Amino acid sequence: MTALAVNALCKSFGGLRVTSSVNLSVEPGERRLIIGPNGAGKTTLFNLITGELSPDSGSIELFGDNITKVASRKRAHLGIARTYQIITLFARETILHNVSLALLGLSPLRWSFFGNLDHQRHIAESAREALAHVGLEGIAARPLAQTSYGERRRVEIAMALAQKPRLLLLDEPFAGLSIDERRDVQQLLRRIPRDVSIVMIEHNMDVALDFAEKVTLLHFGEVIVDGTRGDVVNDPRTKEVYLGH
Amino acid sequence: MKRRVPRFAAIGVAAVLLLTLPSWIANSYYVNIASQILLWAVAALALNVLVGYGGLVSLGHAALFGTAGYTAALLLQAGHGHFAADLAAIAFTLLVSAVFAVLSLRSTGIIFLMITLALGQILWGIAYRWASLTQGDNGVNVTTRPQLFGISLATADAFYYAVLAVFVLAAISMAIFVGSPFGASLRGTRDQARRMNALGYNVWLIRFIAFLFSGFWTGVAGLLFVYYNQFISPQIMALQTSAEILLMVISGGTATLVGPIAGAAIVVVMKNVISAYVERWNLVLGVIFVLIISFMPDGLIPGTTRIWRHGWRALRARVALSRAGRAP
Repeated sequence: MTALAVNALCKSFGGLRVTSSVNLSVEPGERRLIIGPNGAGKTTLFNLITGELSPDSGSIELFGDNITKVASRKRAHLGIARTYQIITLFARETILHNVSLALLGLSPLRWSFFGNLDHQRHIAESAREALAHVGLEGIAARPLAQTSYGERRRVEIAMALAQKPRLLLLDEPFAGLSIDERRDVQQLLRRIPRDVSIVMIEHNMDVALDFAEKVTLLHFGEVIVDGTRGDVVNDPRTKEVYLGH
Repeated sequence: MKRRVPRFAAIGVAAVLLLTLPSWIANSYYVNIASQILLWAVAALALNVLVGYGGLVSLGHAALFGTAGYTAALLLQAGHGHFAADLAAIAFTLLVSAVFAVLSLRSTGIIFLMITLALGQILWGIAYRWASLTQGDNGVNVTTRPQLFGISLATADAFYYAVLAVFVLAAISMAIFVGSPFGASLRGTRDQARRMNALGYNVWLIRFIAFLFSGFWTGVAGLLFVYYNQFISPQIMALQTSAEILLMVISGGTATLVGPIAGAAIVVVMKNVISAYVERWNLVLGVIFVLIISFMPDGLIPGTTRIWRHGWRALRARVALSRAGRAP
């Protein structure tokens, strides 16, 4: 059974076709890299997988279940978690509260009108655990507004990991990071257990290729090349539309 | 715990002042002003749930306020008892709130504001033009106030204590509501609705429930209003009332519990007290709002707190410096 199967997925915005009959198959535990020039439809593909956009045609299966018509919020409950290219966090809250919100999203406690989120011991413990995984447990109580860009990127990943996803979608997790920060995130991604399948969009080929087992090249919404790391890198079409000669 | 001590002390002082207010004011006019402040504070707190914690600015809350008032007044006029009339008024206000929410929560931001404004104007139009039901501009009289546990609320003092009890209940329920995991979810939808959806939250339903909660307490405030004035007319459902409640929230400080109360106090005092001395009191109110928004854009209470903390820190630094200067 595949972790994620995208079949003949199409999406247009008016006359602009942004996803054109895309097929993608990700095995359980696989590390998949999606590459392509700007405007290739990579983030749109993520938005279709997470349900933030509805496809015009085609289907999406998660571990064998057809989730094409499943509401976006319910896909999180089915095991899909994602990070965003543009950091999307709760700036007025602390780091711990941000991760706690991620945990609360999957808990029936989110409908509770009594108690206080920050006093829910099991949520706070799980949040601290997720923060420890990304090396931020020491500054858990720090307001997000007082953190660096790199720390925020790690908070994004901690929020996704806290939900214990089966499929993790990372949208340019290395974007805007310094060399040291990139190395930290790279090590952090390596530590993610194999029961989590990962699909990552990334432009930074040095770190991304090191991470990926399989690579998919998108161009104008179409899959141009799909295969192992070596196959895709050596394919002349990859050099032509993305890597350059 | 150390940081909570001043807060508990402030709450304690406020409780003592409010509980003893009729005895040290000893003037029914000013006791009635205090009742007005408290009942408008309930309305402002209710709107604050949407504006401050949900990020949804409504200009239709006067309609919900008036719906409760009109429903109770008309049922009382038809000969129903206070309990049945009040219960029906709250139930009907909740129903109207649900309709408002379903129609307005199709969007957020300026569109949400415009839909609530339009819906509010429709209800105002009904109150104004459906004269066979609402008696139009003449309004509806309420001849009696209810009795609570055999105690008549006819006097200013008795009514004040009844309003105070409802106000305390409202403030406590708001504090519990916004501090709860649901309140955290609501704040999350205010700050990052898209992210909340991706995290598994039903953003629409969270906002809908918040709207109902806000509508419920707005209805309660409307009931207090109709019992206070023993009269209701379409004027109370007009846009000006919605704008005034919104100003109470914004000027006092959104997303705080004390801010809307302070805002209600400013507006009610300006309308009732300053207007006796200054003919163009609206001008003074406008200047006060402009000053608050200019110098404390986050509102009076957060702004004052910020200035106080800044001053306190500066004072401590000065004391530390002078001590260091005296040291050998």
